[in-house]
Amino acid sequence: MLSSQTKSNEIVFDSCNKDLLEEIIFYGIGLGADFVEIFIENTDNSSVLAEEDFITSVSPSFGRGAGIRIFKDKKDGFVSTNDLTKHGLMRSVSQAIEMLDITDNNKKEVFNGLSKHRDYSLSKKKWINEVPSINEISEKLLVSTKSLKKNNKIITRKGSYSRSLQEVIIASSDGTYASDIRLHQTVGLNVIASDAQYRSSGSRRFGSSGMPNEFRLWDHEKAANDVFESSMNMLYAEYVDAGQMPVVLANKFGGVIFHEACGHLLETTQIERGTTPFENKLNEKIAHESVTAIDEGISEGSFGSLSVDDEGMEPEKSVLIKDGILKKFISDRAGELRTGHKRTGSGRRQNYSFAAASRMRNTYIAKGDYSKEDLINSISDGLYCKSMGGGSVGATGQFNFAVEEGYLIKNGKLTNPVKGATLIGEAKEVMPKISMCGNDLELAPGFCGSISGSVNVTVGQPHIKVDSITVGGR
Amino acid sequence: MNSKEITTQISEAADSLNLRKWDYGASFSNDYSVQVDKGEAKQLKASQKQILTIRVWNQFNLVGITTTSDISETGIKKALKQANIASDFGNKNESTDFSPLAKDPIQQKKVSERSPVGIKKLLTLLREAEVKLIESHESIKSVPYNGLSESFFERVYANSDGAFRSYSKSQAALYLYARAEEKDKKPRSSGSVKLGYGVDDIDIESCIREASNKTISHLNYSSIKTDKYLICFSPESFLTIFNAFSSMFNARSILDGVSLSNRNSIGEKLSTEALNIFDDGLHEKNISSSPFDGEGTPTKRLCLINSGRIENFIHSESTARIFKTIPTGHAGLGSKVSVSPDWIVVEKSEENFDLNTSLDHSSYEGEFVYIEELNAIHAGVRASQGSFSLPFDGWLYKNGKKTSIESATVAGDIKHLLKNIVNIESNQNVTTSGISPHIWVDELSITGDA
Repeated sequence: MLSSQTKSNEIVFDSCNKDLLEEIIFYGIGLGADFVEIFIENTDNSSVLAEEDFITSVSPSFGRGAGIRIFKDKKDGFVSTNDLTKHGLMRSVSQAIEMLDITDNNKKEVFNGLSKHRDYSLSKKKWINEVPSINEISEKLLVSTKSLKKNNKIITRKGSYSRSLQEVIIASSDGTYASDIRLHQTVGLNVIASDAQYRSSGSRRFGSSGMPNEFRLWDHEKAANDVFESSMNMLYAEYVDAGQMPVVLANKFGGVIFHEACGHLLETTQIERGTTPFENKLNEKIAHESVTAIDEGISEGSFGSLSVDDEGMEPEKSVLIKDGILKKFISDRAGELRTGHKRTGSGRRQNYSFAAASRMRNTYIAKGDYSKEDLINSISDGLYCKSMGGGSVGATGQFNFAVEEGYLIKNGKLTNPVKGATLIGEAKEVMPKISMCGNDLELAPGFCGSISGSVNVTVGQPHIKVDSITVGGR
Repeated sequence: MNSKEITTQISEAADSLNLRKWDYGASFSNDYSVQVDKGEAKQLKASQKQILTIRVWNQFNLVGITTTSDISETGIKKALKQANIASDFGNKNESTDFSPLAKDPIQQKKVSERSPVGIKKLLTLLREAEVKLIESHESIKSVPYNGLSESFFERVYANSDGAFRSYSKSQAALYLYARAEEKDKKPRSSGSVKLGYGVDDIDIESCIREASNKTISHLNYSSIKTDKYLICFSPESFLTIFNAFSSMFNARSILDGVSLSNRNSIGEKLSTEALNIFDDGLHEKNISSSPFDGEGTPTKRLCLINSGRIENFIHSESTARIFKTIPTGHAGLGSKVSVSPDWIVVEKSEENFDLNTSLDHSSYEGEFVYIEELNAIHAGVRASQGSFSLPFDGWLYKNGKKTSIESATVAGDIKHLLKNIVNIESNQNVTTSGISPHIWVDELSITGDA
């Protein structure tokens, strides 16, 4: 709750900082900046690790800091600091002004003061008292790792939990003044199975935003069964033969390929760099007509959802691709300034030490009309990728993704498990080959690392069929 | 507050909270960086950062930890209190103590102090570098990934037993990744990274030359047929794959069951007898060296592979105690202390009689694949299983002619790779992650588009 206890020489969370923030912004504008943005955060995080039948790590952390960004023309200078005093913040503004070599202070922008405070944190202040205690987390993790002990082939069992609580204040010279509290929780299970020379692993991660009770509701038994089953299925798997083949990608985390291979190319940072093949393709066909793709920050509880982005804009639902036609790019303030694409509420950063950039939130391919079986039945010789590992995209758009759990498809049926498969391709070549989308859209949480650090995202899709892709193997 | 004052502050706050045993690690840094886009400044960045990690031991000798960026008096007291609460959940199964070497003398490299050159000079240098790189070849259209930075930092370790050590250093980095485009061909991109103690120590011209040569050399590409090939790993790529599987030498990973090695693996034959590998964080060429680790243990040179056999594991205090040895200077500072290698040095041993010395990447005329750079390590390596499947930049050499490979992955098993080393060239190259000669390996699977 905002109160009248203003402390004029230091940012104090839970207090009204308007006068101080305005003073700092006036200072920057007065020195000749076109635009001044202040992002302040206060964090309270903790993580717990259970290994076998013991808690082996409890790691709390807390901190605070500010990121000050100054724009002059299309350039920006960014300074981060842990010093939240008036003096520290003013010094950061001066440093950013000096970096940008702003000397022409005749041409001044006008700052009319901050607008009415948009406080998204009001109903969230109680969250810190509602999240599970370390004791509660530890007990549930230990029960979870015990559930993984299903036979003597499981040689390593791990359960991990992490919680981040980030309180932010965003103010800028266009009048933006907003506060928010973000809560993210994730929990994961991992096993390694071994039998003689055979080894396999299994893992699953779950996550939510803004739902303090979510960990309590997490079905650890189902998760443990899933992880165990995956590791057992893959324990004796043979290496896949390399080659070109049709594949079916499972729903949920299968969406990581769209995220990495195509989603990043639709961020305005890629247009700025000239590294996306889709730069001049707006309203052109870039994918099969069965593909509609969305990026949004509004699904309740999803890992990539936000009340307000890190530049003070409420997130929108952006239809990126509609029936194969490119409709929109994911844009932030700098992206709008430098590329002309309107902001989408996608200015995001890991923390105060990064400048915000255009980043994905909850990104997924929309559901289609087919069942999973329809997709598999349509293939005589191919690969079913049930669980995807990580992946990456090169500077010229080539991607590669590890298949964590894969099965051969023979004559429309799933057959033997195979390991060592990697999917290799380029977005602009693969997108037109997504010929069938299932009706079972599901989302999965993840962390995305890019120019503005690691941010929480959701990936997702229904089961999809790619007509032909290079599968790396042995 | 300086590091001595912080130590005093922590000591007094710990006394007031009746906490008798504690240690801490801290770092304080000032970083400056620039990026450019076609001659214009794109983003200019400065940061002042401080991080403090405090561990406390409770009456049952269990450890709790807290990390904070708030190094005010209030912040330090809060961190101690939180660490004390966390100690209730300390690992009862594996105790942690101060490193027995935390007061031993440390070796500090003699490097004269560099001063910040400032953002304006960084910007000028990077602009010039971008222009030169674009002008170096008509097909190079842009340098989409570029940056020049300088960092100045201090690291500290201290404990309630009187250990105190700190060091200050500076480091600068330049990276240039160019993008080349030719009509009817796919764009190609490659680059170079250079480190120095200061900006003036960085060989900017060689960074431009390397980035240009690498990018241009991949313009005329062709797809490769999926098959098994004789492989020559560049020094960079061999160090990349070796580091990806360094859990084989990591005592923490062994205890956690995620290593290919076990507690009895010392002496196990891993590769040809011709191979020696050391971890040498204090090597004179290692710009990023640190004289002590997160627990205050001095950094030292350690032999990992001696004539093809595992010679040592890397340790923290607790893993060393379990293995009945001494810490090796590779620990972090955490609730569960991590262990990681510093800087790898690959050498040919004296027992190199079984090598095929006719294999030399600059003169061999038979068919082989040259792997210049491995990509997507986080996605394509299964360290606990030994397998890898990684995209790479490289060439197919055939009849003395080299052709850039369009898009391909190399797959295999690390133990198979090490056992099938058929030559270790004589000349070692210095890279940003270590030193290695070119390494030849027989029979690895390549998946291509052809």
